[in-house]
Parts: sequence; C-alpha cells; structure tokens
Amino acid sequence: MRREPPQTLGDYLPLLFPAAMLTIFFVVPFGTMIAVSFFQRQQGGFYTPAFVFDNYARFLSVFFGGVLGFSLMLAIIVAICCVVLALPFTYMLTRMARKVQVVWLVALLSILSLSEVIIGFAWSTLFSRTAGITNILVALGIMAEAKALTPSFGAVLTGMVYQAFPYTVLVLFPALVRLDPTLTEAARTLGASPLKAFFTVVVPALRNTITATLIMVFIFALGSYLLPQLLGRPQHWTLSVLITDQAIYQSNMPFAAAMAVFLVLVTLGLVALTVIAGRKGEAA
Amino acid sequence: MSGLALQNVVKEFGTFRAVNNVDLTVPHGTFVCMLGPSGCGKTTLLRMIAGLDLPTGGAIRLDGEDITQVPTHKRNLGMVFQSLALFPHLTVGENIAYPLRIRGAAKEDQKKRVDELLAMIHLTGYADRPVAKLSGGQRQRVAIARALSISPKLFLLDEPLSALDAKLREAMQVELRQLQQKLGITTIVVTHDQREAMTMADTVVVMSGGEIRQAASPIEIYRRPADSFVADFIGQTNLLDVAGDSSGRAVVLGQAIPGLELPAGAAKGTLSVRPEDVHLTAPSAGALTGKVTFVRDLGGTIETFVDVAGHQIVAVSTPRERPEVTVGQEVGIALTPDVCVVLKK
Amino acid sequence: MTSIFRKAYFFLIGLFLSLPLIVVAGVSVNQKQTLAFPPQGFSLSWYGEIFLNPEWRNALFASVTLAVLSAALAVAIALPLSWFLWRRIAPWANIFQLLGVAPFTLPPVITALGMLTFWATVGFYGQPWTAVVSHAIFFVTLPLVTLSLGFTSIDRSLVEAASTMGADERTIFRTVVLPLILPYIVSGYAFAFVLSLNEYIVAYMTVGFTVETLPIKIFNALRYGYTPTMASVTVLFVTTAAVIFGLVARFGDLPKLLGAMSSDGK
Repeated sequence: MRREPPQTLGDYLPLLFPAAMLTIFFVVPFGTMIAVSFFQRQQGGFYTPAFVFDNYARFLSVFFGGVLGFSLMLAIIVAICCVVLALPFTYMLTRMARKVQVVWLVALLSILSLSEVIIGFAWSTLFSRTAGITNILVALGIMAEAKALTPSFGAVLTGMVYQAFPYTVLVLFPALVRLDPTLTEAARTLGASPLKAFFTVVVPALRNTITATLIMVFIFALGSYLLPQLLGRPQHWTLSVLITDQAIYQSNMPFAAAMAVFLVLVTLGLVALTVIAGRKGEAA
Repeated sequence: MSGLALQNVVKEFGTFRAVNNVDLTVPHGTFVCMLGPSGCGKTTLLRMIAGLDLPTGGAIRLDGEDITQVPTHKRNLGMVFQSLALFPHLTVGENIAYPLRIRGAAKEDQKKRVDELLAMIHLTGYADRPVAKLSGGQRQRVAIARALSISPKLFLLDEPLSALDAKLREAMQVELRQLQQKLGITTIVVTHDQREAMTMADTVVVMSGGEIRQAASPIEIYRRPADSFVADFIGQTNLLDVAGDSSGRAVVLGQAIPGLELPAGAAKGTLSVRPEDVHLTAPSAGALTGKVTFVRDLGGTIETFVDVAGHQIVAVSTPRERPEVTVGQEVGIALTPDVCVVLKK
Repeated sequence: MTSIFRKAYFFLIGLFLSLPLIVVAGVSVNQKQTLAFPPQGFSLSWYGEIFLNPEWRNALFASVTLAVLSAALAVAIALPLSWFLWRRIAPWANIFQLLGVAPFTLPPVITALGMLTFWATVGFYGQPWTAVVSHAIFFVTLPLVTLSLGFTSIDRSLVEAASTMGADERTIFRTVVLPLILPYIVSGYAFAFVLSLNEYIVAYMTVGFTVETLPIKIFNALRYGYTPTMASVTVLFVTTAAVIFGLVARFGDLPKLLGAMSSDGK
C-alpha cells in the first residue's frame, strides 16, 4: 500500500463526511456570526440584515475599553501565575516514576474536564462564610469569626488559576518529557546545585516553550465565561462574560457577535504569535 | 521463462534516479543477494519487485507474466521487512496464519500449516504467545515463517538480519540458506553486509548509484571483480595504478611486473591484489620494495602495512607463513600475475 | 531538586487542587439542606436525590444522552479524516484538521455564539439534536488529536507487510489498522464524552431554554440559592471523570496520549 495522492474520486470518499460536517457546522456558523455582527439590531431581540458598523463602533466607549483592559490583564495574570506554578511542578513530575505520573495526570485531566459551573460552585463554597476555609482558620484560632471571601478579585483569580493550572501542566508536559535529562546532569557535574541547574539550564532551554505556553494559557483564560460572574462583582466581568450577557440576557445578538469577532481576532493574533514562537524553538 | 526478470527498470523520485536501467534475470529457485552501500537503490529495487513502489520505467516479469502494474496483494509474495513488521495485536500463530486467514482458508488448515511452519522454525508450541514476548532471533524466525506460509512464488527479504547481534546473525544466515535450499524457492535478499551475501547467495548483485555493477557468483565476484568499486566493496583489496610501457609490459609503481599484461587496447588500468595474495620477501627478491609502517597482529592473522613509494599496501598472512618483520624494516613484495586482477579505468 | 522541597511543593499543589473538592464532598453529606463545613451529621440522601428527584434525574439523563451521542459523532467525524490524512498525501486536506482543532482552541463563547446564530438562522434553534451536533463539532478536536497521534504511531511497514501477504485496502483496514487504532478511538471517545458531560456554555446557548443538562441545572439552581444536590452532582462528576481517565490510563498509554512520545522510544 503506497502513500500517494488520491487518484480516483473514490479515494476522496472518506473525506466527504468530516469535511461536510466541519464546513456546515463550523465554517458556516462562524460566517453567520460574522454576518450578524454587521446586522442592525431591532428592539425586542431581533435583528435585520444590514451592513453597519454600529456594533463595532460601540467598542469605542470607556466602558468597553475598561472591560477589554480588565479581561486582558486578568488573563495575563492568570497565565503568569499558572506557568510559574506549573513549570517546576511539571519538570519534577516528568522525572518521577511512571506510575506516579499517571496518577497525577488522571487527577489533572479530571479537574481540567470539570465544568466551569462546578469549579465556580466549588470555590464559592470554599470561599463561603458558612462552609469555607475561614471556618478552619477560626477553628485554629487564627481568625475571630468566619467571613465570606467572595465575591472578590482574589476569588476570581484563584478560581481561574485553578481552572487553568491542569491545562498549563498538560501543555508543558510533552516539551518537558523530551527535555534531555543529561542536560541538567551535565550542569550538576559542573557544580550547579539542583535549583541552580533548573534556573540556569532548564528554564533557558525552554524559553520558547514557556513563551508559547504563556500565550496558550492566556487564550484559555480569556475564554473563561462563568468564573468572573460566579466569584466576582460586575466590575470583574470579562469580555467572554459580556458576550454571553449580551447574547442571552440583553438579546443583542449583533453586538455580542461583534465582540466575539473581536475576541477571535485577538485570539488568532496570539495563535500566530505562538506558532512563530514554536518555529523559533525548532530552529534553535 | 521461469523465474524473475527485470527489464530496463527505472525509478525516479523527482529528478533523482534511484534505480537506473536495471536488467536482471533470476532463474527459478535461485538465492540472490543484492549488495551495496546505503542509498545504492537496492531497497527501492526490492520494493518495486514487491509492488510497494511502482517503477517509472521498464518491466518486471514473473514466470513470463508482466507484473509491473499488478498490485502488491495480488502478487503472492512472501516478504520479510527490516523492522520485521510482525503484527503486535496478534499472537505468533495468528501472525503466521494471517496470509491464510485473509485468503479464507479453513480454520483447521490454518492450524495445521501454522504447526508445520512452527516446527520448521523450531518454535513448536509458541503459537499462542504474544510476539512482544519473543527474543530477537525468535521474532526473526516468525517473520520468515509468516512470509512462507502460503508457499509464495517469490521470497523477498529487506535487511532481514540487521537487528540481530553478530553471532546470532551468522547462525541465521546459515539457517536461512538451508531453509531456502530445502524449499527451492526463488529468494532475493537486500543487505549491506558482504559476509552475509557471500554466505547465502547463489548470485551476488553488487549495486552502486542505482546501477548493477556486477552480478555473479560470490567467488567470481571476489576473484574476478568487474571494476574497482566491486573489488573495493567486496572484501579488502589493494588498488594500484597500472600502466603499459612501450613494450607492452605492465608497470606498477615504476616497476614492470613480469608476465602481467594489460587488457587489449588499454594503456592504463587499476591493479587489484587481495591482501592474502601479497607475499613479503627479502627486499631484493620482490617485484616492489617498501618499508613496514605498521603491524596489526590479530592472533590468527597478521596484517602488515607497507609503504611503497608513498602508496600503502596491506599484506595478510597467518603467523606461521610470514617472515619475521618489524616496523621500519625494508621488505620486498612479490606480485605474481595469477593473483593480480587488472581492471579497466 | 531536593526531595523535601519536591514533596512540600507537590503537597501544596495537591492541596490546592483537592481542597475545593474536599469541601464540596463534605458539604454533600450534610444531613440538612444547609451549606456547612465541616458537615453537620451524615447523609447520603443528596446522592439519592440525583436519581430520585425527577428534575435532577432528567438533567442527568439529558447530559448522559448528549455526551454519548456527541462523542460518537465526534469520533465519526475524526476517524475518516485522520485516516485519510495518514493514508494519502494531500497537504491541502490539512485545512480540515485545522478546522477540527479551531473550535477547541478559540474561546468557547465564540463557538457557542456561532452555533446560536447558526441554529437561529436555519430555524432549528432549541431542538435537542442541535446540541449533539454542536458538541460533536466543539469536541471533535479531542478524538482528532488522539487519532492523529495513534495513526502516526502505526508502523507503515505493518500495512505494507499485510499487502505483501495478500490483503487489499479494505482487509488491511479491518485486520490491521482498526485493531491498532482502537485504543485511540476509545480514548478519543472518552475524552469527548467526559468533556461533553461537563460542558455548559455551548449547550446553554443552543438548547438552554428547552433542555436542562446537569451543568445547566447546577447553574440555574445556583441562581436561586443553594441545594446540596449540586455538591453531590459535583462529586459524581469528578468521580466519573477520574474513573474514565483512570481506565484510559489502565488500558492505554496515558503519557503517550498526552504527547510524551519519547516514553515509548519511537
């Protein structure tokens, strides 16, 4: 059986169903959304076909600028926290026995697959007055009385780091597994302490991986649509939350679509950056 | 004609000619080894015989029938891959029965044939083992048995023994040759190991640069190499420039060799002398004289490196038949016409 | 890194990851309908509630049905596509690979909104089956990635060997390719299944007003206050995910599936 370009029409047959599904149910909906972003909104939740830039013009408000700025800042903080926490964790994980690795990977996958609803609920419980960690602190005599830690910016940040941490580990995992272990061993024989070897050999060797991971986690955090709503105040709402809000509760589809298109452009720009960072990594 | 015939076979990958106008006939029941350095086109040629690659020109005939365009699965072949390609999801028995199973053979016939083949490769009772549990040599034998289970018209092997350690490889070479002689099956093996080719083949095909340099019996290849590439590739040899003088005698390194002649019409050539045919003498008694530069004593044989006018000549002999020489000593080198092969430039 | 530092670090990370779940598990066994930790009394009745209360039971049923069907559809899309890309030389067809990975890479809100506008435009908005299609597209990335990985791990000489032994294309697929790719199909399905079970935003935007899946149910319940059933459902979900991924790890090579190709040599 030679691997060769498709010769007959029949050779294309396996492609038919996947291509049709992805085109009809991804490309077309995506196009629809872009089209709607130019539509005219009508009172009562409907919209009429048009070609107006009104929806995009609304971006130019102080409110929207504030939301965008907050969303980007939040995602950047989450990405940095996650990579800082996950890099040493993943590095050590890859050097552990295979069985231990598997247990951790199963746990991380389980948490990663959890619904945002569930993560939001779990953390709001942990941060609640009646069932939260403050009760433990009270029991230990550190705090006088239990109090609610949510809604707050800290709660939003914690929830989002919790959500993105397993993702970060899984993104870093392949690159760290492939890292040549003799690299640090060589550093050790040259007199570097384990910690020093990590910072002088592992981190520089992974510079491009770290950049790419930061961007990927950033995109991941940008997609968080419920945690800011469940754990924060309205001023902590992000672009994703706002899109959901506009689409569902304000029934302003064209504006929601315009924001979504904008979000796509931001994301795609970052994906392009990731690819470039990856290319550089290969070349190095 | 019975057997395999390649006629003007060409294979091009883009602008690169991997196989260039190969003509070869392999009579039925012959054991052929295709030998050459990596990239010489031998594996590509084998893959075209198997139908895994299609030639860009020429024809392949099997028992007179043109099979150039016949898809692989209709050629009734047996092939052993370099990686062995044993199916990891099947047991030893299921692997061997695979060609029979997909041809719809009855269960009992499959079982009978598997038992027969397992007996042949000395692995009786291994049918239900997973292939992953076998040693390298056992896997090798299973791959061979699987390729032979339908009694194919052609038995093809691509570097079949390369994964084995040296000792096991030599044993398997003998085993494979004996098996082939017993079954009388037309067999083509691709290898880069000349010892392997010499051990097993009826015909050795030496390839280089996509072309056949020589196709002949092992001993002829060794004794009468067609050109300096073959002489150099098969075994060790000393290659020296040779030219004819005005009276037609062959001159090597400034010395005329009595009795040696150049091929008719040629003024220049290359002289090939095997190290074991180079005899050391007293400085005055040899055709050439030189200085010993290095002695490699391997116990069973001794290699003596002699510098003659800036050219290195190696002599190999057993310790008993060799005169006592040391590094720096002047020695003579005897060259008799019967051990010299003059090759065209 | 020193062993004590490593242990302490892993302990803290483990604590961070498990603390919310421990508290939720504690809350889920409260005797009364209160949000209290440590739990007051012990009762498993909130677990029974998932199956006994018709609202929660229907949500569970809707979620499982959605996950079973959409994961199957996702595999049905991913398998022929990844097979084609492996079998043929057709660089242009990689565009479909890209399309398959895109929905999962983009922020989920975007896919959700795209689906919402699409289904509203074609007039099927709110039909339960639209959620199946939407989830299948959203999660097709997972089987696509595992299957692509699976195909690259199949030694092509196995396929060539089968053809020298007389197997045609169809037979090769049935007797060699399918058995070897099966573990990857199963793990791809498992990944898509678990994620579909947990997915909120796409389901909410496509069928949120007609069908209540468990995540939607939890979210709706959250807005009206607290009920311990949320906690028991959360524990159920975490356990399900852990069991399924545990099985994938037990019968497959999890580190390899997650991209650690060097663990196997090839």
